[in-house]
Amino acid sequence: MRLRLAGIAFLGLLALTAAACGSGGSDKQPQAAGPVTITMWTRAATQAQSERLVKAYNSNHKNQVKLTVIPTDNYQPRIAAAAGAKQLPDVFAADVIFVPNYTSQGLFMDITDRVGALPYKDGLAPSHMKLGTLDGKLYTLPHTLDLSVWFWNKDLYSKAGLDPEKGPKTLKEFAEQATTIQQKLGKDGKVHGTFFGGNCGGCYVFTFWPSVWAAGAQVMNPEGTTSLNDQPAMTEVFKTYRDLYEKKVTGPTAKEEQGPTWTGFFPKGEIGVMPMPSTTLGTMPADMKIGVTPIAGPDGGESTFVGGDSIGISSTSKNADAAWEFLSWTVSDEAQVEVMAKNKDVLARTDLSNNKYSAEDPRVVLINSLVAKGQTPFALRFGQTFNDPQGPWLRLAREAVFGDASKVPQLNAEITKSLQQ
Amino acid sequence: MTLTLGKPKRRAAHTVPSARWRGRQAQGWLYAAPTAVIVGVLFLAPLVLVVWMSLNRWPLLGQAVFNAPDNYTKIPNNPLFFDAVLFTLKYTAITTVLLSTVALGLALLVQERRPGVAFFRTAFFLPGAVGFAAAALLFYGMLNNDFGPIGPLLQNLGITKEPVKWIGTPNMALFSTIALVLWRFAGFNMLILLTGLQSIPVEVYEAARSDGANRWQIFTKITLPLLRPTLALMLILSVTGSLLAFDQFFIFTNGGPDNSTTSIVMVVYRDAFFRFDLGGAAALSVVLLIALVGLNTLLMRRLR
Repeated sequence: MRLRLAGIAFLGLLALTAAACGSGGSDKQPQAAGPVTITMWTRAATQAQSERLVKAYNSNHKNQVKLTVIPTDNYQPRIAAAAGAKQLPDVFAADVIFVPNYTSQGLFMDITDRVGALPYKDGLAPSHMKLGTLDGKLYTLPHTLDLSVWFWNKDLYSKAGLDPEKGPKTLKEFAEQATTIQQKLGKDGKVHGTFFGGNCGGCYVFTFWPSVWAAGAQVMNPEGTTSLNDQPAMTEVFKTYRDLYEKKVTGPTAKEEQGPTWTGFFPKGEIGVMPMPSTTLGTMPADMKIGVTPIAGPDGGESTFVGGDSIGISSTSKNADAAWEFLSWTVSDEAQVEVMAKNKDVLARTDLSNNKYSAEDPRVVLINSLVAKGQTPFALRFGQTFNDPQGPWLRLAREAVFGDASKVPQLNAEITKSLQQ
Repeated sequence: MTLTLGKPKRRAAHTVPSARWRGRQAQGWLYAAPTAVIVGVLFLAPLVLVVWMSLNRWPLLGQAVFNAPDNYTKIPNNPLFFDAVLFTLKYTAITTVLLSTVALGLALLVQERRPGVAFFRTAFFLPGAVGFAAAALLFYGMLNNDFGPIGPLLQNLGITKEPVKWIGTPNMALFSTIALVLWRFAGFNMLILLTGLQSIPVEVYEAARSDGANRWQIFTKITLPLLRPTLALMLILSVTGSLLAFDQFFIFTNGGPDNSTTSIVMVVYRDAFFRFDLGGAAALSVVLLIALVGLNTLLMRRLR
């Protein structure tokens, strides 16, 4: 009996050992000759666009794409963990501002020659291409574009006695119109002049920085190693929003808003005018009358934060050719016009911005035209400095808008320190 | 091996017990082997790897470069580290005291078998069946003033005039989180204490009562001293859990407002997954592990 038990235990030990050692075997299998199924990851924020592209591709190609959508907040850690374990998917999209860090870590495959062979390579969204370039080599293509613009609610404008067809042309007008909405319609606490994500680093850069750019100023040096967020242009933008919060023109929870729900109030018809991501235009209630205008500086100008995702082949992929077939298709005329433009999405190619679908809605033409005018800031340490809730930027922005604005110069030095790590 | 064990060869008389002993020893090793492998693969190997990582600059992809002791010497330069240590200690102290008190109170309430007591035991324990991340999300939704029910309810009842900023100020964020932890863990700790309470012989209570002890005397002179081993277990679980707190702050408060609820494990997480400094994060983890082992050893000695 004892011997039998010992034998069973020994077999169990063998099975465990085999299981522990067996996981690495599949890497060495050669690439299949027939149709290939490649794996792709994307973050939830741009899920709809990725799903549409993958569905259209799978419907008329032999190779197939298996898409996995990961919650936006967990995306960066998941990529880091997968890279550490050498288990990245064949292709993965990433928030464009994280791309320089990923390329510097060697996560993406060099696709310089493949991109060079594309006939429309010069039409690819310039800011996305810039961030996907490291030491003269190209690593990513633009995947989805998400621009920050001001949305205004035309019905609320009419009710408040404002001209519903005239949105703000300067940040000052933005503040005046928001204040009017608040004064005329905000008495019962259900409607507010404006809103912003006051406890969300990514929301601040996406919605505040374009006002600085529109004023002709910068938020960082071109190398992304020195912060300029204590300069007068930024200070004035902070001050405008600080006034709006102090006068209770913003929704009361703006200070606590961590990011997940900051875009949820406008579609409910509760906000007069606010910065919004362009990708939400297609998801607004059909009967809601919405005006769209570029984000302006304190005295005019126009700019936008060209956000969204870039996509590349992971450096550990064994299916580079199949992966490239899919990637190059996503920026083809067919995918851009019949999938992206048809759904009012911003196009990854500037040469297609006027197409048969976008012409139906002048707001879409406007958004597409901003791709060439907007900016995407470059910094290797962007995420840990600006997006991370524990990073130095969120502290600076919150002190500037809600707290002690005299701390800004000192906190700006901390941002620079973080950028140079 | 089985052949050797089944048919031992004839040897000199004095060697036979030795061969049998060796056989039994080998058998013992075989019995222990599966557990040993599990402990080795799932506990020792990761531990050795973390220590090794902490001695290297460890990139996401590519070769690690030995750089000891840089990852350790730079820990004090981490701008979040000292605040996180202080906050975690404060959180641990408050949580442990409150959790022990509430759990003991609940356990005493449902200690005796009375009609309906099973219902209350189940009700108190039920939150423990909710995943902790799900519980944190639940609180986030319930206390959110934009879409949660609590804010409007308090206002409609006239209890508050303005929405309460549950996670809007450092103190409120801390106490809202502690409320979440109490809700989630008090029932579980109650269960641990209940097993301790029920292991105290009834005769001891009867003897005390017949000697004229009142309820307070029974509680302080009998229940508490006899509950000491169980309380020690609960205390160690609570201190360890609190020092390693992560989910509640990561999901519920996001470490805010203004980094006021950033725990040590959140700093480790940030270093690893936002800053991609895996070596630095590993060094912090090792320091935390040493601190935990030290503190628990101290606690066990004091409470033995």
